Amino acid sequence: MRKSKKLSELLISKTILACGVFAIGVMLLIFVFLLKDAVSLGGSYSFLDFLTGRNWYPISTPPVFGALPLILGSLLVTAIAVVIAVPLGVGTAIYLAEIAPAWLRETMKPAIEVIAAIPSVVLGFIGLTLMAPFIQSLFNINTGLTAFTGGLVLAFMALPTIISIAEDAITSVPRAYRQGSLALGATPWQTTSRVVVPAAMSGISASVMLGIGRAIGETMVVLMVTGNAAVMPTSLDSIFKPVRTLTGTIAQEMGETVFQSPHYYALFAVGLILFVITFIINWIADVVLHRYREAE
Amino acid sequence: MRLRKWQFIIAAALALAALAAAITGCGGTTGDTGGMLQVKGSDTMVNLSQMWAEKYMEENPAAQIAVTGGGSGTGISAMINGTADLANSSRQMKDEEVAEASSKGVEVEEHRVGLDGIAVIVHPDNPVKELSMQQLSDIFTGKITDWSQVGGGPGAIVLLSRESNSGTHVFFKEHVMNDQEYSPQALLMPSSQAIFEETRNNASAIGYVGLGYAQSGVKALGVSKDGSAAVAPSVETVQSGTYPVSRPLYIYSKKDASTQAVEFIDWIKGEEGQAVLLELDFVPLKG
Repeated sequence: MRKSKKLSELLISKTILACGVFAIGVMLLIFVFLLKDAVSLGGSYSFLDFLTGRNWYPISTPPVFGALPLILGSLLVTAIAVVIAVPLGVGTAIYLAEIAPAWLRETMKPAIEVIAAIPSVVLGFIGLTLMAPFIQSLFNINTGLTAFTGGLVLAFMALPTIISIAEDAITSVPRAYRQGSLALGATPWQTTSRVVVPAAMSGISASVMLGIGRAIGETMVVLMVTGNAAVMPTSLDSIFKPVRTLTGTIAQEMGETVFQSPHYYALFAVGLILFVITFIINWIADVVLHRYREAE
Repeated sequence: MRLRKWQFIIAAALALAALAAAITGCGGTTGDTGGMLQVKGSDTMVNLSQMWAEKYMEENPAAQIAVTGGGSGTGISAMINGTADLANSSRQMKDEEVAEASSKGVEVEEHRVGLDGIAVIVHPDNPVKELSMQQLSDIFTGKITDWSQVGGGPGAIVLLSRESNSGTHVFFKEHVMNDQEYSPQALLMPSSQAIFEETRNNASAIGYVGLGYAQSGVKALGVSKDGSAAVAPSVETVQSGTYPVSRPLYIYSKKDASTQAVEFIDWIKGEEGQAVLLELDFVPLKG
């Protein structure tokens, strides 16, 4: 009896270990293959030219793979999304956690999380057919397919992540903090802005980081609404001009490249850049989240 | 103890890597695609090819044909690698693809199976009615940037192109633009539908789409070549060769293709196959 229990216990723990090892193994393999194909680009194209080149003409002879406009395009669209989504998301989270009555919180939180379930191609289509013409006439610009349009749709996609995690962080601030602050004569707003939000800051930062990660890796939306022109976003009005992103480039071009051609390797190198960027963002989020757990 | 756990993890990861290597090593280049005729390639031709397959199978119940898209290049490399029997392509094979085929000992046969006209479209309110090939080339390379330079009202031109994996993108570049680069300002749209939508909504846009997409809501421009009169895109003008922005459609097969494949291609080149082209807004080879 006792022995069989011990055996099943062992079996379960080993199975779970195997699952973990498998997941890590797959992850490692993805990275190894990505790295291997990305590095192969070096055989036919200089990495310095790849990272600093300002033109992307992959099918010309000879091909030109300047990834700088793509990197800047991705960063610009993400920055716009962050500027829009962070105040909105954090504000909504503070409202839901601190101010809204319980019944409203109970209905709004699941409703917001449903937004995360809308397929990105649907949002992209709405962006292409409704938002782009609207933004074009609103700002009186040449085309509505701009970095701003992409950032706006991405902000909408990042909102559920930011709201949900930030709200959890604020709610988990111990009640004693609030009671202590109120007992010292602080108003509810002073309590929220100077005690609760600072206490939840690392959780809120982590939510922002995860929101950014979602925005920078998104493909379908940026493919459909940013216009995909590989122009260098150099001045401020680039916000209202078309841009091209790392993800959009891979999605558009991978289907047609000749296997193991320089173009094929260049797209893997673009993937590697994307991987490095998202890795850094996730790593920062992880560090911040850990600090917050320890502080608790 | 801790060390042993690590060793286990590393060993497991290595085993997994070996497994993956074994799978990628063994998979792939078996030439056998079963009794089913696999047709793969151009997204421009995927509906057309599907319709051909359906009609052909109706008449020949014994035939089994599966059609998938993915792009001309995808189809050609699948045909060379033996995972597809026929490759649909909206462009001719590139030199590097021909080289890849011969390096693998594959002899390829080219079949012209139809024509496709590319319409240049603008917003209906745009006063411009026609452009020359030279003007089109200058517009898409970025030498001409304002509508007033080609007889329109003042305003920047918004360029709409297909993305570089599209056969239409390559065709336009080689055929209209003499293989010069697209202006970096050109918006690379993911589909013909997206170009149609943006042109319908944007008074300063110019784009190119298949004849079938030049519907109400946008205006198709007449195109002139070498100083002759401008010709509007239509089935007749594409067939007669007077409309300059048109291209042939190809099917590529191996020289030693199965009889089923040969019969299918013969049927496509015949009367019934050519009638299907017209039905789907493509253009048959001859009148």
